Amino acid sequence: MRALLWLLTAVTVFILFFIIFYVLKKGLPVVSLEFLTRNPAEMGKAGGIFSTIVGTMALTLLAILIATPLGVGSAIFLTEYTQESWVTRVIRFGSECLAGIPSIIFGLFGFILFVTKLGFGWSLLSGGLTLAFMILPTIIRTSEEAIRSVPYAYREVSFSLGSTRWQTVTRVVLPSALPGIATGVILSIGRSIGETAAVIFTSGSSLHIPTSLFSSSRTMSVHFYILAREGISMDNAYGTAAVLIIAILSINVLAYSLMNRFIRRYS
Amino acid sequence: MIALSAVSILLVITVYIFSEGTPIMFKYGLKKFLFSLDWFPLEKSFGLLPMIIGSLFVTGGALVIGIPLGLACAVVLTEFSSKRLRSFLKPVVELLAGIPSVVYGFMGVVILIPFIRDRLGGPGFSVLAASVILGIMILPTIISISIDSLEAVPRSYREGSIALGATRWQTTRMVMFPAAKSGIIASVILGMGRAIGETMAVIMIAGNAAMIPHSLLDPVRTLTSNIALELGYAAGEHRQALFATGVILFVIIMILNTIANLASRKSKP
Repeated sequence: MRALLWLLTAVTVFILFFIIFYVLKKGLPVVSLEFLTRNPAEMGKAGGIFSTIVGTMALTLLAILIATPLGVGSAIFLTEYTQESWVTRVIRFGSECLAGIPSIIFGLFGFILFVTKLGFGWSLLSGGLTLAFMILPTIIRTSEEAIRSVPYAYREVSFSLGSTRWQTVTRVVLPSALPGIATGVILSIGRSIGETAAVIFTSGSSLHIPTSLFSSSRTMSVHFYILAREGISMDNAYGTAAVLIIAILSINVLAYSLMNRFIRRYS
Repeated sequence: MIALSAVSILLVITVYIFSEGTPIMFKYGLKKFLFSLDWFPLEKSFGLLPMIIGSLFVTGGALVIGIPLGLACAVVLTEFSSKRLRSFLKPVVELLAGIPSVVYGFMGVVILIPFIRDRLGGPGFSVLAASVILGIMILPTIISISIDSLEAVPRSYREGSIALGATRWQTTRMVMFPAAKSGIIASVILGMGRAIGETMAVIMIAGNAAMIPHSLLDPVRTLTSNIALELGYAAGEHRQALFATGVILFVIIMILNTIANLASRKSKP
């Protein structure tokens, strides 16, 4: 029985590693400075992926800028300003449900509300708002945990020195919880970069470099999806996938090491 | 105000999806939507049964593959492996959860589908391919949450069982598993939610024919891919029918979430 379990484990770990190594092995030879700095040409058959990198960054930045204040604000409210009550239960339940909604539903929603009803069209703004909604639960949950793990003594000392609740929150609690909050934000960046379904219907798939909030743009994931699905260029698809995987893995490693340092500090 | 943002966003999303999707469901009759086999949106025939069954098949298949592999991995890492191996593999597995789903789909296209086509026959784009890829995709979720819940079982349980003369395996099966049951169930349900909700990877590998598959090698279309495939060009009632698809998906996911919430709440002391 033990041998069987080890075998299954080995298979699992092998599959997961295999995917990464396979994509990197096929994709890295394609990646060069030129690939990273040139715009796609002929629908992506030739050229690089520069405009999609810009698109990805712009969209992710926008989503983070919208979701972080909302998420951290919710977390502060949940931990510092209320007792456990039906209000906090409703907020937590809402945020958990939001976390479970599949990304295509966010895409559908963003498409009908931002793209058509509000008339933003396929644009960075529509995509950024949709993504922000999608990552909000992650930010709320991680910030809440980070704020909760700040020792209560810190607050008591601050109060005893005569500071108000707001001063305590902004000058004592938030700085101590910052690495934990940053972890949540970084994890959300990783998720935004890898997202396809919610983005393709809200931000569109224009290959131009976005110039304003209202211009449509294509992210790396969407670019990869289109290249692979329409069989435009397998080489460029592998290259894009390699860049995507390296970006996401290094972002997640960063988040992980931050989190470990944070946990060590308070335990 | 800010704190209510998550709840209000959830409300707005729910209201929008339902207000766009439900009118057409009632216009043509809920029964027709849920139980008709014909999806010919241009001829105003909106039967979602093939897609509902497709989603269930593919998700069931993913669980058949994901549960044994994931639980075996979790058990080995908590009960049988050295601490060093666990502290290396657990973060690695969690990092893998971040691989974009399109990459998984792409691996299906370049490796799994040619394999199925050559060895097993059929077009390759099939229930089987989608199940295998989704099964792999939900592994990180199942593994990391199961490990957390196995680790949360008090040490004294394990020590007591071993002191009574039980072997490691008996301890795992008769003491650890029942004690961590609700966490493990929650991990499976979350994995299931991820499998049902997955869109792009499934579109790439499932073949997308809107009919009920008769074998593992037949192509299949899920609720999610139905939305994503046609949203780009749908208009009028066709678009509303896609929102109705979203409503059904939404309801299924909400039911699963609620079960997962209840299960994980019970596990907390």
